[in-house]
Order: sequence, then C-alpha cells, then structure tokens
Amino acid sequence: MAEIQSYTMNFGPQHPAAHGVLRLVLEIEGETIQKADPHIGLLHRGTEKLAETKPFNQSIGYMDRLDYVSMMCNEHGYVLAIEKLLGVEVPTRAQYIRVMFDEITRILNHLMWLGAHGLDIGAMTMFLYCFREREDLMDCYEAVSGTRMHATYYRPGGVYRDLPETMPKYAESKFRSKKELDRMNSVRGGSMLDFVEDFTKRFPACVDEYETLLTDNRIWKQRTVNIAVVSPERAMQLGFTGPMLRGSGVEWDLRKKQPYAAYDQMDFDIPVGVNGDCYDRYLVRVEEMRQSNRIIKQCVDWLRDNPGPVIAEDHKITPPKRVEMKDDMESLIHHFKLFTEGYCVPEGESYAAVEHPKGEFGVYIISDGANKPYRVKIRAAGFAHLSAMSEMVEGHMLADVVAVIGTQDIVFGEVDR
Amino acid sequence: MIDAQTALAQRMDARFGDQVNRVASTCRELTYELDKDDLIQVATALRNEADFGFEMLIDVCGVDYLNYGSDEWTTNSASGTGFSRGVEREPVILDEADEFDPRRFAVVYHLLSIQNNIRLRLRVHTGTANPPIVNSVVDIWNGANWFEREVFDLFGILFEGHPDLRRILTDYGFVGHPFRKDFPIMGNVEVSYDADQGRVVYKPVTIEPRTLVPRVIRDDNRYSADLKDVTTDG
Repeated sequence: MAEIQSYTMNFGPQHPAAHGVLRLVLEIEGETIQKADPHIGLLHRGTEKLAETKPFNQSIGYMDRLDYVSMMCNEHGYVLAIEKLLGVEVPTRAQYIRVMFDEITRILNHLMWLGAHGLDIGAMTMFLYCFREREDLMDCYEAVSGTRMHATYYRPGGVYRDLPETMPKYAESKFRSKKELDRMNSVRGGSMLDFVEDFTKRFPACVDEYETLLTDNRIWKQRTVNIAVVSPERAMQLGFTGPMLRGSGVEWDLRKKQPYAAYDQMDFDIPVGVNGDCYDRYLVRVEEMRQSNRIIKQCVDWLRDNPGPVIAEDHKITPPKRVEMKDDMESLIHHFKLFTEGYCVPEGESYAAVEHPKGEFGVYIISDGANKPYRVKIRAAGFAHLSAMSEMVEGHMLADVVAVIGTQDIVFGEVDR
Repeated sequence: MIDAQTALAQRMDARFGDQVNRVASTCRELTYELDKDDLIQVATALRNEADFGFEMLIDVCGVDYLNYGSDEWTTNSASGTGFSRGVEREPVILDEADEFDPRRFAVVYHLLSIQNNIRLRLRVHTGTANPPIVNSVVDIWNGANWFEREVFDLFGILFEGHPDLRRILTDYGFVGHPFRKDFPIMGNVEVSYDADQGRVVYKPVTIEPRTLVPRVIRDDNRYSADLKDVTTDG
C-alpha cells in the first residue's frame, strides 16, 4: 500500500460552517490537522478609512455592520470613545437603557452563537429554538429604533429616544388564525418595558431547555470536551478576551473590572471555566445568558421608577427637539450646523473598550480637532481569536475545525472590518 | 492617596527615565512615546517585571500623520462646483521620496495588565526610513502576529523579526497600502468583466471624487488649552 502523505486542503470561503467568508488552508496528515492558515479579508469594507471621511455621527451606522449579531455593543464602544474626548455627561437613564440593550444584545449574540455552533456540530434543533427567542429580542430593537438589526440607537450624549410605550404587533394574515394571532400578540399589549419584563420571566426556562438538549448530551460532549484546550497563560499571551479568556479560567470582565455606563450598579456574577476547552466555553456562554437576564431585570425595575432625559442637553452635540425648532432661532441653527457639518471634537486621542459578547471591543480614536475623526481603529475581539486558529486546531481531526470555528464565535463583519 | 494611574506613571518614569516620554492626555489615559530602538527593551520589561505586569497586548494600530491638523475648508478661489471643495484633483503620485517625515508614521500599542487592572498606550514613530520599519513584538506578545500583519498591509510599515509578514485584509495581488492618507478613498483601480477578453480586468477608477461634508477645524474655546484638564505631571 502506498504511504499516505500530508496534503493541503482548502476550506471555504463559501462553506456553511465557515460562519461567513472564512477561507482556511489546511495542511492535513490523514485526517489530522497539522497547520491551519486562515485567509481573511473577504468582507473587508475599509470601515475605519470610511469613518475618516465622515463626520463623527455618520459612522455610528457603520458600527452596527461590524459585528452584525451584536449591533448595539459596537455602537456603545464607538460612542464611549467620542464621549471621552468630548467630555460629555450621559444622563443616568440613558446609561441604564444602554446597559439593558447591551445585555439584550449579549443574549442575541449568544443565541445566534449557540444555534450556529449547535448546527455546525450536529444539533439541528438548537438552531430553531434559539431563533425563536431571538425573534422577541429583535422586536425590542425594532420597537426602540425602527429596525430589527442595524439600530443606530446610541448617540454621543445618550440614546436617540426614550423607550416606546407600545410594542409592534403581528398583523392579520391568512396564514394564521385569529386565535393564533391573539396568542402571539398577548404579550405585546403594554409598553416595551412590559414586554422585556415578560421576556426575562420566560427566558430562564428557555435556557433550561437548551441545556437539557446539550449539557449532558453524549454526542455534544464527545464533540466539545477536551477540544482546543487553551491554558490561561496562553490565552493571555494570544490576546484572548471575553468568554474565550474566561473559559480558560481567567476571571476578567470589563463590566466588573473597569465598569462603564451603569454596570457598577448591577448585581451579577462572572462565570469562569476550568479546563479551557470548547465545552467550558459553552458553559460560560450559557451562564452569561442567565446573568444577562438578571441584569436586564434590574434595568427594567430601575427604568420603570426613574423617568428622565435620555440624551444630553448640549445641542452642540445632540439635536434639539423638533418642536423647539419651530419657534427658536438658536435651535434651528444648532440643528442645521449639526446635520450639515457635525461637531468638532477637541484634539486628542481616546481608547474606549466595552465587554462585547465576543470579548473586548475597543475603539481608538485620534482627533485633530476636526469634525471628522483623524483615525479610527477598531479592536475586534474575533480578530485576535481567529489568529490563534492554527494553534487551537493543531493535532485535532478535520471535523474539529468546525467545532473550533464555532467556539471562537467568529463573525466576519468585525474580523475583516 | 494616589490613584493607580499616577502610581504607574511614577513607576514608568523611575524605571525608564529618558527612554519614555509622557504625552499629555485629556481623557485620563496614559500614553508614552518612545524611540523605536528602545521598543523591544521597554516592552519586555513591561511584560516581565511585576511592577508593570502587562501580560496582554490588546491592539496594534498604525497611524499616518500626513494630513494631521489640516482642513479642507480654506480655499483660495471661489468655487462654482459645490462638491469640489476638499477634493484633491491632482493624481496622487505614490511616494518615491528617499525619506519620510520622521513624524509621519507611527505604531500605537495598547497594553493591558490583568493583574494590576490598568491600561497603557505606547507610541513609536518609525522615523525617516523608507519603507518605514520597526521591530516586531511578536516574541513578547504572540498575539501581535496578525495585528502587525494588518499594519503592514494597510500602512506598509515593516516589522523586523516578524515570522510571517504577509498581507492579510486586502485582496490577493493588491497594490499599495490603502490606509495611508495619500491613498484615495475610492482606490486606484476598478474591476469589471471584459466580455471580449472573457476575463475580469483592472482599469483606473472612473468615479468622480467628491466631498459631501468638508473637513473643518474650528477653534472652540470650550476646549481651549487653559480650560483643559491636562494631566502632564502625574
């Protein structure tokens, strides 16, 4: 029999398990990976360069399109960096709204991850379950910003508007009965906060359901336990952040250690893994969903009791109210200047990092005093994680590559920028 | 009681003396500039010594300071075409000069210490060398590998000692370094399918450049230097 030699195989970029457009060049000996060389950049849109040619506020929408499954967290990083340079105070209510939506976003992201990760390594049902709950959270996005994904809701100085008093409802359709329609709309009668509160009551049972399917599942464990083990020292050396770092047992969470917005007021725990394998990272993320749910609940309670402004009153940075513009010359001028020229940001540089669902999402802005940033650098967590791909899959089987892509929670919008 | 950042600044000054230069910041952030020859020595110390303990490299960012502080609003002649203001009409000639302005390119490193819970920023200017070059920190922080590849790809800054310095984000066969300030926003070439030749061809771009919102720098006395909370002295 001829001796089997190592050979090179191409994986992606159009592969359903490549989570978008990842091209991997794999060196394989039999079915064992010797080396993986990820080729990225197929989704590179030059976000940072585009941001240099636009006034500050016009780039918020680009941030949604970076990591397109955790939109508002990206926006949060960007507006924090601008606020740091401007030195504006954000109203407390806006900070709580931001925390609430950051956590809603975290659940959105982790559900997407859990569904896709499950689907990749053979748990079809997970995908359907996760998208059921995602739908409700997307509706919260829609209620507050008018779009289900690319919200552009956070603005320097606060959030664009206060939480709405009504939720969008399902319309009549010949595909569903009156009874079915009433059932679907039954939780949508009240304000958005009522809807979110109802969600937080339902959600822990849903997480239990996911765990029933996966946590003790023999196949799930065979595919994840002891796969891609990363030691804590190695994780730090490679620049891992977020669940990838916590999965390896390092207790590091920016929400606790360097709190921003209203996180210092929140009561929650940081889940930490022990072995640093795919299974531990799975457990960490599932527990994070439960913790996020706790935070959302606290925010809902606070937001109910504390009405107030949601955006700073400084009209050099935030638009004046429409009604004020009707009879106030100064407001009209402010509005005109803001939407034609934008605002000038004082010279300097700032780096703002948020605990994004995938890890540390940082935005580094250099301003030379103009109405456009001089340089914007986006530090995406997935970029650092993917660079460790080769090390993580080395010595594993071909099928484990898919498990590793899944566990890294790669989204190409942010890796390629 | 002094806060952690001031304490770190004092330790930095005591340990490195003239090797590092504190840069004033309005955002309560620690920034140091250093000479590119000192980079490896300082970075190794920052990672290994318990006083600093920066075990994580968060980010490496290239910066091109070519147009820093210039605006597009000032024109010498009245313009009849609305969108032409701020548009550079002359074709960009790629820099063939022997030397760059020593302050043109910089590499910015963001460090994080998990044990001390503190951040630090280092900035290294690449000097006059063409192509610009600095030492690679991959051996100190392995995570720097892709970050440095990205800086090389987008700015053309070389990293000496990098194990695998290839392009990373741009297309296979891409020419130029797109994040340099003299690289036009719409690029130099466009791609189309040529039916006669039966293949994809590259042609010079045909899009008209235009600026919708000109870049302006306004003196705002709210941000004037004497009102700033500039933290220069620790």
